[in-house]
Amino acid sequence: MAKKIIEVEEVVVKFAGDSGDGMQLTGTQFSNTSALIGDVVSTFPDYPAEIRAPQGTVGGVSGFQLHFGKIVDNPGDYSDVLVAMNPAALKANIRWVKDGGTIIIDTDSFTDKNFEKAGCVQEKLKEIYENYNVIEAPMTSLTKEALADTGLDNKSMARSKNMFALGMVYCLFDRPLTHTEAFFDSKFKSSPDVAEANKKALRHGFNYADTIHAMPSYRVQSADSIEKGTYRNMNGNTATAWGLLAAAEKANLPFFLGSYPITPASEILMEISKRKDLGAKSFQAEDEIGGIVTAIGAGFAGSLAATSTSGPGLALKAEAIGLAVITELPLVIVNVQRGGPSTGLPTKTEQADLFQALYGRNGESPVPVIAASTPSNCFDYAYMASKIALEHMTPVLLLTDGFLANGTEPWKIPSMKDMPAIKTKLKKAGSGEYQPYARDPKTLVREWAIPGTEGYEHRIGGLEKMDVTGTVSYVPENHEVMTYHRQNKVEKLAEVFPELEIEGDKTADLLVISWGSTYGHMTTAVRELNKEGIKVAHAHFYYINPLPKNTEEVFSKFKKHLVCEINLGQFAAYLNTKYPKFNYKKYNKIQGLPFTVVELKQKFKEIIENK
Amino acid sequence: MSNPTYTFKDFKSDQEVRWCPGCGDTAILMAVQKAMAELDHKKEDYAVVSGIGCSSRFPYYMNTYGFHGIHGRAGVLASGVKTANPKLSVWQITGDGDALAIGGNHFIHEIRRNVNVNILLFNNQIYGLTKGQYSPTSLFGQITKTSPYGTVEQPFHPGELVIGSQGKFFARSIDSKVKETTDILIEAEKHIGASVVEILQNCVIYNDGAYDIITSKETRDDNQIWLEHGKPMVFGKDNEKGLVLNGFKLKVVKIGENGIKESDILVHDATESDPSLHLALINMRVKDGFPVAFGVIRKVKSASYEMLVEQQIEEVKAKSKIKTMDDLLHSGSTWLVE
Repeated sequence: MAKKIIEVEEVVVKFAGDSGDGMQLTGTQFSNTSALIGDVVSTFPDYPAEIRAPQGTVGGVSGFQLHFGKIVDNPGDYSDVLVAMNPAALKANIRWVKDGGTIIIDTDSFTDKNFEKAGCVQEKLKEIYENYNVIEAPMTSLTKEALADTGLDNKSMARSKNMFALGMVYCLFDRPLTHTEAFFDSKFKSSPDVAEANKKALRHGFNYADTIHAMPSYRVQSADSIEKGTYRNMNGNTATAWGLLAAAEKANLPFFLGSYPITPASEILMEISKRKDLGAKSFQAEDEIGGIVTAIGAGFAGSLAATSTSGPGLALKAEAIGLAVITELPLVIVNVQRGGPSTGLPTKTEQADLFQALYGRNGESPVPVIAASTPSNCFDYAYMASKIALEHMTPVLLLTDGFLANGTEPWKIPSMKDMPAIKTKLKKAGSGEYQPYARDPKTLVREWAIPGTEGYEHRIGGLEKMDVTGTVSYVPENHEVMTYHRQNKVEKLAEVFPELEIEGDKTADLLVISWGSTYGHMTTAVRELNKEGIKVAHAHFYYINPLPKNTEEVFSKFKKHLVCEINLGQFAAYLNTKYPKFNYKKYNKIQGLPFTVVELKQKFKEIIENK
Repeated sequence: MSNPTYTFKDFKSDQEVRWCPGCGDTAILMAVQKAMAELDHKKEDYAVVSGIGCSSRFPYYMNTYGFHGIHGRAGVLASGVKTANPKLSVWQITGDGDALAIGGNHFIHEIRRNVNVNILLFNNQIYGLTKGQYSPTSLFGQITKTSPYGTVEQPFHPGELVIGSQGKFFARSIDSKVKETTDILIEAEKHIGASVVEILQNCVIYNDGAYDIITSKETRDDNQIWLEHGKPMVFGKDNEKGLVLNGFKLKVVKIGENGIKESDILVHDATESDPSLHLALINMRVKDGFPVAFGVIRKVKSASYEMLVEQQIEEVKAKSKIKTMDDLLHSGSTWLVE
């Protein structure tokens, strides 16, 4: 029987299994290999909050989705290929498989007992067989057979079944095994038998898929033109950490991170902790408040200081952010948003901390807010957040989210010499008079005299200060003056922020509006509709407070405005306070999941047609 | 560079001191200014940080770098300053509410980490700035604005918390004893690691006379014992009384009575790493028939947090191939698109 070959522009593959099945490793290996051979890749891991939820249950399913091919801006909505290691993984993911898609199952795990744990029945499988191309492979037993002569125990052998599955998918898409083989050789340098077993399982999986012939073969179109340069895979949290470090190096300042572990932001603290080689100091505080206040102390002492957290942690830091506002010290606060309120959905994504970022403090407490849109540009926006903080002497809030934090994509490595210069406000010893709250008349920014600098001893703090001199002041008029200074200093940032750009069809009636991590799905939906001849334009916001100065002008060019966000409409409400003359329609989703391109396109069409 | 010669006046800021007339804080301010003038640091290398409360206004009255923080967070503010720049001499001014209630968590962790900060805990057993509510060190049964029928809470003893947090330096003084406090502060500054100095401070408005039993002319000789490393633990008007161990407990004895000789009296060893005896000294109270211990009770050598951080950075830097941000960006697996 000849192999069926399916030609596609892009493909979505999802690996799903028990949280102990090694699906994250499997998916990462596939995406790394694909990136290495020149594909555009976007990935999204989807894992439970519990480290090891009860085996075999839907709650314990861990997944890793990846999207690769010609044009890829997001990790994809629906899978072309699903690898399901047990019935729970199938049950949890079947609704995300394209009609007629391929499903590879480990038949050894599809037992009555496991169906029961997953809360479904064997009969269900029959329906699936009718609608999908199901490939059965007794992966557990084949892996054990293949590894019988390795001397490993039963449990260790069974553990390599994820590599058997990966081998099968490598065959399906004609990927080389070399990268993953090299990975095992380096990872298990000290136990070559484990490396060998994994490599063997991988090869047997590949050969098995090649032999059974029942599988189709995909030919994925490669990217039209990838910009020349050196690439690496990048996830949002590492990119954020590196962006902060890059800014410190550019500004010629020591770097300090004060943080407390919290999902999904912990990797930022972990990455900075590794970077003692660059002189970075990481302080794992006893709580979220300790995290930010040590950072404020480090900022006072002359470091580029940052704190990283997620929504509940940002709530705890609120009072201290106010302290950074009133003392006008540089500080970067990274909020990797997750589903809320309270503990909410720790491992799921959401954009519902926008109000908290904008308004969640006592008093008039303006803070610049910016948001990254892809895993790799977390680097650029962490860098920008640092630049703004240092050049404008203010805390800056950078919003990312769980979707960006854990997602990966290939990233063209920038060169430090090309990164924009950062000019700090450091007051050098012997450079004339110093008044803590004397300001640059144009930007309203004060100077930064740090302890250790002779002759500039001064006191700052949370009490209101006298304009210019910085002594404690309860004078009513002075409080108003200082409140305006702080507010105007932030508003003036609009002068230096890049203008808002329009993507898609500029002649459209409908402008769809987004911010943060929805960019990939939004831009794909707009591009696809434009290709179908449907007019729609897109404006994506990176700078939220203050808004780009041409925002109103851009909005005025369109008749309809649809604001899409993963919350109940916080950005739409914010825009309404700034530019109330437009009638903002809203499209919202609050499922802990990103938008799908399919649902966005459908919504855009509805709005366009419904004149 | 030679050390400049300062007098305490060099450390006075131009701000008017706004504590209540007769407040113990004023005397402590003088002691700190005197200590700084005697120490080896340049003025610009002092950083005085605080939380919130009467005592926390302290930085404004010092002509040094200063940071008046938010309630309870003096410990983390100080830790951040010191970790970021270990060359600075960091002084943390805090009170019983700031350090032991809202900031209790930071207090114990700062001591556990052993950040090289001088922590001055002004203990007046009351909330002053908020006008007279009970604090974590208020006595059981104390009548205050929020305990009109007496508190039903047991107080913290700061020294016990320090020992429980693996503290390496603990000293106790009295606000009015400027000379003694100055000497203790100098010793605390020279100690590497977190140094806690509890200063019994009289709040003239909301808790006046809280320490009278210890400090009054009539009782002070019998109710204070000033410990000095290497010296016998004696007290009383003519040093006629002393401390001995009776089993695991301390006991007050009179020299010359019941055959007690001067050589039977315990000799103070502040450097003993086993905290048992230090804890017993810390916990001596007048109501139990003991004098209250003052002076440097515990001073044990140990590496400080920020020193270990610097050391680790140097070690990792020496070994790592990553020297610059460009090195990091190109580390691990990368590929070239041509």
